[in-house]
Order: sequence, then C-alpha cells, then structure tokens
Amino acid sequence: MKTVEEIKAAIEAAVPNAGVEIVANPSVSGQHSLRLRPSHALAVARFLRDDEELKLDFLSNVTGVDWPDKQVAEKVKVTRTVTKTVDGVEQAVEETVEETQKRVEPGHLEVVYHLYSAAKKHGPVILRMRTVNRTDQVELPSLTPLWRSAEFQEREVFDLYGVVFTGHPDLRRLLMWDAFKDHPMRRDYREPDDFEYEPTAHDEVLKRAQTHWAENPSWPVAGTAGAAPAGGREKSGAGQ
Amino acid sequence: MSVTGLVREKKPVGWNRPPHIEPDGEGELLEVAMGPHHPSTHGVFRMDVALDAERVIRLKPVFGYLHRNHEKIAEGISYLASMPYTDRLDYICPITNNWAYALAVEKLAGQEVPERAEYLRVILGELTRIQNHASSIGFLIQEMGASGTPLMYAFREREKILDLFEELTGARMMVNYMRFGGCRVDASPAWLDRTRKVVAGLPEFVDEFERLLTGNEILMARTQGVGVLKAALAVNAGVTGPMLRASGVDYDIRKVDGYGIYNRFKFRVPLGDHGDVYDRFMIRFLEIRESIAILEQALKDIPGGPVMDPKAKIRGFRPKPGEAYGRIEAPKGELGFYLISDGGPNPYRYRVRPPSLINLTVLEDMCLGHDIADVVLIFGSVDIVLGEVDR
Repeated sequence: MKTVEEIKAAIEAAVPNAGVEIVANPSVSGQHSLRLRPSHALAVARFLRDDEELKLDFLSNVTGVDWPDKQVAEKVKVTRTVTKTVDGVEQAVEETVEETQKRVEPGHLEVVYHLYSAAKKHGPVILRMRTVNRTDQVELPSLTPLWRSAEFQEREVFDLYGVVFTGHPDLRRLLMWDAFKDHPMRRDYREPDDFEYEPTAHDEVLKRAQTHWAENPSWPVAGTAGAAPAGGREKSGAGQ
Repeated sequence: MSVTGLVREKKPVGWNRPPHIEPDGEGELLEVAMGPHHPSTHGVFRMDVALDAERVIRLKPVFGYLHRNHEKIAEGISYLASMPYTDRLDYICPITNNWAYALAVEKLAGQEVPERAEYLRVILGELTRIQNHASSIGFLIQEMGASGTPLMYAFREREKILDLFEELTGARMMVNYMRFGGCRVDASPAWLDRTRKVVAGLPEFVDEFERLLTGNEILMARTQGVGVLKAALAVNAGVTGPMLRASGVDYDIRKVDGYGIYNRFKFRVPLGDHGDVYDRFMIRFLEIRESIAILEQALKDIPGGPVMDPKAKIRGFRPKPGEAYGRIEAPKGELGFYLISDGGPNPYRYRVRPPSLINLTVLEDMCLGHDIADVVLIFGSVDIVLGEVDR
C-alpha cells in the first residue's frame, strides 16, 4: 500500500492541476487524508478507482462533518496616533499597542469518503471535500456515478447536513420526511417547539417557543392573527 | 395514473444503475406500498413497488420510520455513554456493535487490549455470528412460508447462546459488555465450561438444520436463480458480509484487517458461485461451521490475566484531537465507526457505517423483473435490522 504522499504524487502525475492537499491526522490512528478540489474531484476519484496499482474499487463509508463559524482571538500589533500631553504641550504621538482582535473564521461543510480495495485488499484512502460555506454555496460533486455505494450515504449527508450533490441520480431526503425543512446533524440545529405534536401546548413547549420568538422577531407571535397554534400539525418540522 | 411518480420516472443509464424495465403494455400498472408494517420487513420499512401484473417494474425503498438520530445523541454525550446505545443499533448482535465502537475508540486513543479480553471478544463475537446467521436463515424460511418449525429450531439454539450472554453480562441482548481497553467483566471458569458444552453441541444442530433445509425441493425452486447479484456490482455498491461473499468476492475483514487476534485462528472464507438467494442462505450455513472452528480454537487457547488494560482511563476520558475509522466484520457486513475528537469529553463527530443500510442499495437491482412474492425472499436474504438501517 502506498503512503499518502505517494498517492498524492500519483494523482498529480495523472490529473493535472488536481490541487490535492494532505490533511495530517495527529491521532495515533495515523489515518491521514487527502483534500480534493471539488472541480477535480470526479477525475481524481476515477483515477483512484481505475489505477492498476491502487484499484480502490470499494467505497466503504461516506459521511458529513459540520464545521460552523468559529471565533478566533488573535493578538495583533496596531499602530495608531494618540494625542498626549508632553511637557505641558499637546502632541500627536505614534504608539504601537498589542490588541486582541476577534475574527470570525467562516464555517463550511465537509464530506469524508473512506476508500478500500476489494481486489488488492488494502486501504483506507480517505478523501475529503469542502463546501464554500454553510448557507448558499453547498454544492459538491457526487461520487455516486463512480461508486454506487455512495447513493444512499450521500442522500443521508444531503438530508442531515444539507450538502447538495450535483450529479447524484436521485437526491432526496433519506431518513427525515420530505416536508422537513432543516438539517438535524448541523451543530447549530434547534429542534422545533412543536416537534412532538400535542393537541394543547403545555407550559414547557410554550416557554421554549417564547425564547425562539424572542430570537426571531419576524415570526408570528402566538395569540395574534395569522399565527399557527403552537401545536399545529402542519407546522411540524417546518418551524425553523 | 401514478400516485407516487414511480412509474413515469426515467432513470439515468450506467452499468451500475438498475435497468429500466418497460411494462409489456397490457393492462394498467399497480403500485403497492409494501410496508411499513409488512410482516416480512423485520420492523418498520416500506418498499414502494410498481407492478406489471406480478412482475416488479420499479422498487423504491423508503427509510426513516425508526430514525432517532443516534449520531446526534452520541455527539452530545461522553464516549463511554454511547456504549450501551450501540447495543440498540443491530439489536440481534449487540456484541459486535460494542466491539466495532470499542475498536474505533481504541484506534483513536491508541489503547491496548489485554490478551484475555481479545479472546473473550472473539468468543462472544463468533457466538453472536452463529446466532445471527441461524436466526436469519430461520426468518428467511419463515417468510418463504415454512411457518414456525425452522425458525424455532434456530431460536432454540439462539436461546442457549443468549443464556450464556445473560450469565456473563447480565442481559440477554442489551449487553453493554465492552470497554475501551478491554471488557467489563471477566468470565468464570464455569462459564467457559458451559460455553464449551454449548459449542460442542452446535455441529449437531447445524447438521440437523441443514438436513431439514438445504435439500428441500420447494426451497430450491423458490430461491435458486432468484435475486442474482453480480460480483462487480456487489463491490461497486459497497455490499459487504455474507451477501458479498455469496457473490463470489473473497473479502472478509477478519482476514483482510486481521483486527483483534483473528490472524491466530485457522478458518476458511466460504464463497458463493451464483450470488442468488440460495447462495446467500448456504453461505450463512458454511460461516456458522467456520465460526464453530474459531470458537473451538479460542476456547482451547484462552489465557489467564486481566480483562481490562490497567492503564485504561474510564473517568475523564478525553482522546487527543484527531480522527479514526475502525471497522469489523459484523455478522451483517462491515460495521464501521468514524470518530473525530476535538480533545473534549464528547466525540466531535460520531458516525456509524451501517452494513444493513448499504446492503439495501442494490435491493432494486436484485428485485427487478421478479415476481412480487420473490421480493420478500430477496429482502429476507439481505438480512437487515431496522435499528441499524435508520439509526
């Protein structure tokens, strides 16, 4: 079995501008992975499947990972002009101060593929792909045309994480029902207030609902015209 | 008129896609929802089937009736707290679920397992495989119409094995037995003796069970040539376990990875020729015999010593940041756990690779063109548990 570096070199020889990066795994498992550029992912995957030496014909596991926006605190040196009174005279003095700045690192969704070879009995080779962000640019190429085993698993990632796989032959929700709106495996997911339907909303549900209304002023408020009853069936799952 | 839109849909063409079957043009198509409470579905599972007379034209599996987002729950609790919940994935074989999870965490944290614990894992894992295969054969025959008798033969043997589980772990099915770095309790010499006695009685059961079934004319007529799965498609579709080997692909993770101490035992990997329902059924018989051989070796060689790594940390267990994918050959196929740690007490990402779900990818391919009565058999030969499919 080739090492990750050798596989990277082989890919770069076969697919020009593949832009494969090695993602090191600090854990003792030593399973390092390769990050693919979505634009070249299909070509690289096809090479990995058909290459005589690698022959990774068995795609075992497909899964999503959510990396939400992260606040990073950084120490930055800032130079600014300060007015100071020196010897009784006001002067503009340049001063360098160290400041902690908070920066938001934009989040993304990641899809991880674990490849093995049933013919050569080696593996795993781990591939990863990232979406641009978590909201509107969530498309990634589907690997289902190459490995059929991705069919249900990519549907599951679409369902639970919201990654849209272009080129998937049958991209529908797998586990949640079709009318469901959100993606439950995302880390910022909050389950709807009326998730468990009850004919009359009891205190706990109403209390939770009030905190949600406070966070989302655009939602209709209970008791006003046009508001759905707190236990409304048709609101189920679509509450967010 | 099509209700679910199954009939009109055109499918993309490719060698690994289900073929597009045209109805013969006589009469109307019938759409049947098999399930979610069909007795053959082993739980709550639906197949939307379009039929031309009795012939299956389309088949769409519908999942999610038992979905409880096991993965999300596991990401909110500590590593060890998920261990009892893995019992509920494939509730026919809880031991192997425990094992796969423990293996993945041990890979992530770099933990050692004492030798006696490895032997106990193999013994319990192979007992699990035997009872799973026996009862899955029983279920398959039951669905074929042989009501009761074969299933009761299998369940009689399964009870003996579950009694052993109960004596050792305290529970027949929800065993919660493994820990990261070993097993929860040690087996007494008396338990090992009883296990030896049960294992000694197993070959007789297999002979009897096989005499009852394999040569049966009705069984052959119903299962041979039905639901054929080609080797190339099986590998491409990620099918694993007895189903893959029935299609003639020599891929057993016990041999390939040699996880635990499996490379110490002598056993063969049975392979099928045709990849039909009959082969899948026969492979399970042959695997029971190989499991008995492993059990005899393991029960002979089991050493003394601790069953838990004394350095293993139970409380405040926080693996270093990183990720690991651990997999084992569970009775139903490759059961894998993918874990990402961010250094906290809970896994950042916890993923179960469910063999039952992925083996169903090719259900439509196997059923197309067959009668609806055969769908029940083909589905039964896949051997799934809905607790694992929907998670």
